[in-house]
Amino acid sequence: MSFDEWYRQDRLPHIYCAGCGNGTIINCTLAAVDQMGWKKEETVFVSGIGCSSRAPGYIVTDSLHTTHGRAIAFATGVKMANPDLNVVVFTGDGDLAAIGGNHFIHGCRRNIDLTVVCMNNQIYGMTGGQGSPTTPMGCTSSTTPYGCTEIPFDLCELAIAAGANYVSRWTSYHVKELEKAVKVGLETKGFSFIEAMVQCPTAFGRRNKFKQVADHVEYLRAHSILKAKVDRMTGAGETVPEGLFVVGELAKRNRPYLGAKMVAKTEAKPGEKS
Amino acid sequence: MRHEVRLSGFGGQGIILSAVILGRAAVMYDSKYAVQTQVYGPEARGGASMSQVIIDDNPILFPKVTDPKIYVIMSQEGFEKYGANAPKDAIMLIDTTLVHSRPECPCIEIPATREAKQALGKDIVANIVMLGALVATTHVVSEVALEKAILDSVPKGTGTLNQKAMKLGVELAEGASGK
Amino acid sequence: MTRTEFWQGNTACAEGALAAGCNFFGGYPITPSTEVAEHMASELPKRNGVFIQMEDEIASMASIIGASWTGARAMTATSGPGFSLMMENIGFAAMTETPCVVVNVQRGGPSTGQPTMAAQGDMLQARFGSHGDYSIIALCPATVQEMYEMTVKAFNLADTYRVPVFLMADEVVGHMREKIIIPDAVERVPRRELARGTLPFHTGGDLAPGFPQFGRGYSVHVTGLTHDERGYPAATNPKLHAALVQRLVDKIELARDTIADYDIINPDAEDLFIAYGAPVRTVQQVMHDRPKEKIGFLRLRTVWPFPEKALSLFKNAKRVLVPEMNLGQMAREFERHTKVSVISIPKLGGELHTPDELVAVLEAR
Repeated sequence: MSFDEWYRQDRLPHIYCAGCGNGTIINCTLAAVDQMGWKKEETVFVSGIGCSSRAPGYIVTDSLHTTHGRAIAFATGVKMANPDLNVVVFTGDGDLAAIGGNHFIHGCRRNIDLTVVCMNNQIYGMTGGQGSPTTPMGCTSSTTPYGCTEIPFDLCELAIAAGANYVSRWTSYHVKELEKAVKVGLETKGFSFIEAMVQCPTAFGRRNKFKQVADHVEYLRAHSILKAKVDRMTGAGETVPEGLFVVGELAKRNRPYLGAKMVAKTEAKPGEKS
Repeated sequence: MRHEVRLSGFGGQGIILSAVILGRAAVMYDSKYAVQTQVYGPEARGGASMSQVIIDDNPILFPKVTDPKIYVIMSQEGFEKYGANAPKDAIMLIDTTLVHSRPECPCIEIPATREAKQALGKDIVANIVMLGALVATTHVVSEVALEKAILDSVPKGTGTLNQKAMKLGVELAEGASGK
Repeated sequence: MTRTEFWQGNTACAEGALAAGCNFFGGYPITPSTEVAEHMASELPKRNGVFIQMEDEIASMASIIGASWTGARAMTATSGPGFSLMMENIGFAAMTETPCVVVNVQRGGPSTGQPTMAAQGDMLQARFGSHGDYSIIALCPATVQEMYEMTVKAFNLADTYRVPVFLMADEVVGHMREKIIIPDAVERVPRRELARGTLPFHTGGDLAPGFPQFGRGYSVHVTGLTHDERGYPAATNPKLHAALVQRLVDKIELARDTIADYDIINPDAEDLFIAYGAPVRTVQQVMHDRPKEKIGFLRLRTVWPFPEKALSLFKNAKRVLVPEMNLGQMAREFERHTKVSVISIPKLGGELHTPDELVAVLEAR
């Protein structure tokens, strides 16, 4: 089996724009899922609202395309009610970090056994390019016509601080690395968060001086700095240049998690009334 | 016959538990009907706590107490807030250790908190002393039913203590003079 | 052997849920419903069920929908402010035809209002609170016994019609303790599974499709977008949208006679009370206290969909008296279904109508 067998053929063509990075991320995710050897009937994709959240509709498993920002809360219900299901969440920066921010941090805190793949295009793409919590300062969107004046979220730092077991970041340029990271995320028990920086030529690139899709992908590549390099520079007392995003495996740990596959829950705890 | 009982004291005395025990005794062991309700304030401790119980041989339709004729008052604030306006044809049991005022209606004086501490070494069971006195005085439920409901409701290992508290209340009521 | 208990209404609700086979509770504490969550937290783990305290009521509602798709009998319990937060996902449950039970122990609103006092101010919100057209079922208990029985019934209706079902209790019934008789067993109507080879949102004659449970190989796509019978988004197809929404409404509204649950007393009376929830008890007291008078009573257990046929059975009715702990929310609905004068007896403040208050209206001709 290969990743394309996970697609729902009768749903194609998809809605994504030419040059959109989301397809790359979905391919990488499905390739990783395929390598896990999971059965389709044991796998559930959950999403909220936005371009990224349309992904489950193109995948031939059970899937839940929910309300804006709430995917992780829905996925928590699915996973807790049937921990034998493998649950993967697709989300975007607006869905996850703005309207769904509270569910995101509580998913991390609970360390529930989900894998969350966030396609961060730094904009609300589906609704025509409004600013999001990850729009960089100075960037133009339809709601930041004079340049964004707010400091953006670092979603990975947020996930790490809130308690996720696995956190990594790559870009749509780093296809192999991303696929591998998703696979490690799927393998890791507890909350796994993979942030994929993606180009949105229609809503972001057009307003922010990326004439060609390739220019934007090249920007993502050129502004990535490996975690290992940052560690090395920091260790040597060197200053890490600003305006870069750290890529690589940012956290991998083994904290207690929620949603373990079927375990006996029947034994009453000491002091409980029987 | 519909009996409406109002219990009041300060938060932490076990006023609500007393009301639940009373209702439980009626329903579970006297084959009667009962409704227990309470006033919820934002305070978890202190303040005036109040709970009411209706006991009837027939199913209880209107579930709220409108005209209580039996009062159990265990704090001065509880008296002022929930006891001072008791009608003249009511009867009121008062914990004289903590309540200084007296109502216009007949009143049974029970030094429940003092006696619980002196005779049993635990003033925490004063509410059960008051229940014993209430039942000995008014017979709204039987003593047997009350004892069973108490044993159902109190923490494990405190059954004997609470049985003693109830008996103490019965004795105090029998020795008390109505005023 | 049945057994007798002296229980709080909220405890009876939780026990009813357990008897009905509820195995998932996602909730957020809020007065005066919290005892339901606390009881489920204590009991579900002993029965291999799941209790999870979510970060808010939005997430609570989301979690029970997710759980329901795995086949769980899922429930949440809340009160006014939490109910407001749940509204978007309640619409999602209606659109995706997700069976679930939402208990609302009503308190005084709007806003934070009266957390520890009773009200029935969410009756229209229960019916219309989420955006768009849809239909739901709402039941109103008036006794601790009914908190148990109607919770069971709510699960059965949810699974039969694939719809969110609301138990619209109030603080009076939720918090009071009274006698309850627990049956040995309760009726459980199972969720009808989707027939293999059938499109997941294809309905037969009964308007509610079979259920394609997650994990059983149906490959179902569930979306809050307007969808076709395959479950695929079709949000710009006007005819399809109209047909879908009409079916979501029809499956409940056309079944109103089957869903209806009410008592009729003295159908030939001229004065007619209609009540639901705690004010039922006041009406019963008034009727008990005035045995010689012929007073009609339509006592509703199912409030939504309103069983309008029941109202037409009171052929001699000259006045319809409606005591509600709100400013006449259901009275407005009853008015649509009768030519007789409907007199609202509203009560705000958090306390139940007293018998005297109803008598005053009864006697003021």
